[in-house]
Amino acid sequence: MKPFQYLRPKTVAEAISMAADYPEAQYMAGGTNLVELMKRGIASPSKLIDINHLPLKKIEHRYDRLRIGALALNSDVAKHKSVLSRQPLLAQALLAGASGQLRNMATVGGNLLQRTRCSYFYDLALPCNKRKPGSGCGAEAGINRTHAIFFAGNGFGGNEKSSCIAVHPSDMCVALTALDTEVVINGTGGERRVLLKDFHRLSTLQPELDTNLQPGELVTAIEVTDNAFAQHSHYLKIRDRASYAFALVSVAAALQMDGGRIWDARMALGGVAHKPWRYWAIDLMLRGQAPSEKLFREVAEHEMQSAKATAQNAFKIKLTSNAIVAALKAATGIS
Amino acid sequence: MTMDIDHDATPPDAENEDRRFFLKQSMLFAGLSMAPADFLYAAVAPDDGPVGNAVKVKLSLTVNGKRKRISIDPRMTLLDLLRENLGLTGTKKGCDFGQCGACTVHVDGRRTLSCLTFAVMQHGSKVTTIEGLSDGEKLHPLQEAFIKHDGFQCGYCTPGQVMSGVACIREGHAGSAAEVREYMSGNLCRCGAYPNIVDAILEVKKEGVKV
Repeated sequence: MKPFQYLRPKTVAEAISMAADYPEAQYMAGGTNLVELMKRGIASPSKLIDINHLPLKKIEHRYDRLRIGALALNSDVAKHKSVLSRQPLLAQALLAGASGQLRNMATVGGNLLQRTRCSYFYDLALPCNKRKPGSGCGAEAGINRTHAIFFAGNGFGGNEKSSCIAVHPSDMCVALTALDTEVVINGTGGERRVLLKDFHRLSTLQPELDTNLQPGELVTAIEVTDNAFAQHSHYLKIRDRASYAFALVSVAAALQMDGGRIWDARMALGGVAHKPWRYWAIDLMLRGQAPSEKLFREVAEHEMQSAKATAQNAFKIKLTSNAIVAALKAATGIS
Repeated sequence: MTMDIDHDATPPDAENEDRRFFLKQSMLFAGLSMAPADFLYAAVAPDDGPVGNAVKVKLSLTVNGKRKRISIDPRMTLLDLLRENLGLTGTKKGCDFGQCGACTVHVDGRRTLSCLTFAVMQHGSKVTTIEGLSDGEKLHPLQEAFIKHDGFQCGYCTPGQVMSGVACIREGHAGSAAEVREYMSGNLCRCGAYPNIVDAILEVKKEGVKV
């Protein structure tokens, strides 16, 4: 591992000024991804800004929204009363991810900023446009069973110097994308807010960038506005083993129901694209309808029309379609 | 600028240190030029921690109830600090990438992967390792239960399993076999002692003894 200087700021302002002073610096939160990246030589910051002592751990409900500090631990968020009562989908997604130990270390901000688990990204001997821009994508003609089926643009099969078919690994972000979460970001210019759907990027251009965070900016909190989804939401995760594995496919479904009909619907998919994949048309397709397996099947197949398989992951198209149906059935309580 | 960590300034005698090391090295090479290669390597290998020019950082933390003050390379993980500097080799290095759970310890009461945290990040923390779990010669109830239920074969994953199992019970996640399996999924056992590990944890939970 390359040597680095260790810095420990006490305030957000101090942390931001350190990052502005040292462009080679990186923020360190829980470490569950960054320590691995540093051990493997994929990240080699010359200064490490340990932000764990900043006052950003608070989880609170105020006015019409739930605000979760960027340093709140995944395990604390998953068992917090306000999260369980108002946004149970988020708790369900968090508990579907990682292990007891990792959830005790990983923070909300770090979860947003974790890198892909594409094996070509982690293997320094192989090409990867995300790790080494312009070197090519090893997965396109390689082992791509777990890779993306939604490319949204010309990244795939277009320009080999910039293509990337890696998927975003987070469960938490899939639930938060369905819930229209806002990310609070601080930088030298002050505070700004961005919707989570606009926080992560597609791989079409510059796959080395996972997010639209500017250099030196710090995620300080996320905010979820109150909604009426708590009674009818479900997070379904499908993976190669029963627990402790990244999603092959996951579905976050959040519905509002009244009088046996669906009045509002949100959905995001995980494991299928470079960012949590929001299914935009679902609200139009379900609004005013009574839940039925036939309806859910139509809805699922509609979105999968734009999916495109690589050599090894055609199974994911059928799997995602089935997972959407199963998640909607669970959320609406029909058998 | 920093809280209560002192970065050691470059020691005034750093250059002399380098020169002394160089001389020592040269003399060793001169004296041992006929020695076998392995022996040579061992003779000149640095003996005080990781190599490199990272500025050492002072660290104070509590391990198994004892306060430790150490000056370390910030690249050192908590796992390496425990094993290499403090001689607490009960905590095991399995994958070293947070995938196997062999390095599980408790930090401020929470089960944590010691391979995925730099030791400097634990400044001020209270760490408990497998060595700190038993009361002298008296084993912890979960250690006794692991023996009774044959919860291990080769034993390499066991310290991590036990630390994780104790946390699992304390967290209130040992209500059923299915729950134990889910909440212990971060600890892999290649010998496949899983059913016995689950039995051991369930028994301790059922007995209701303080863990």
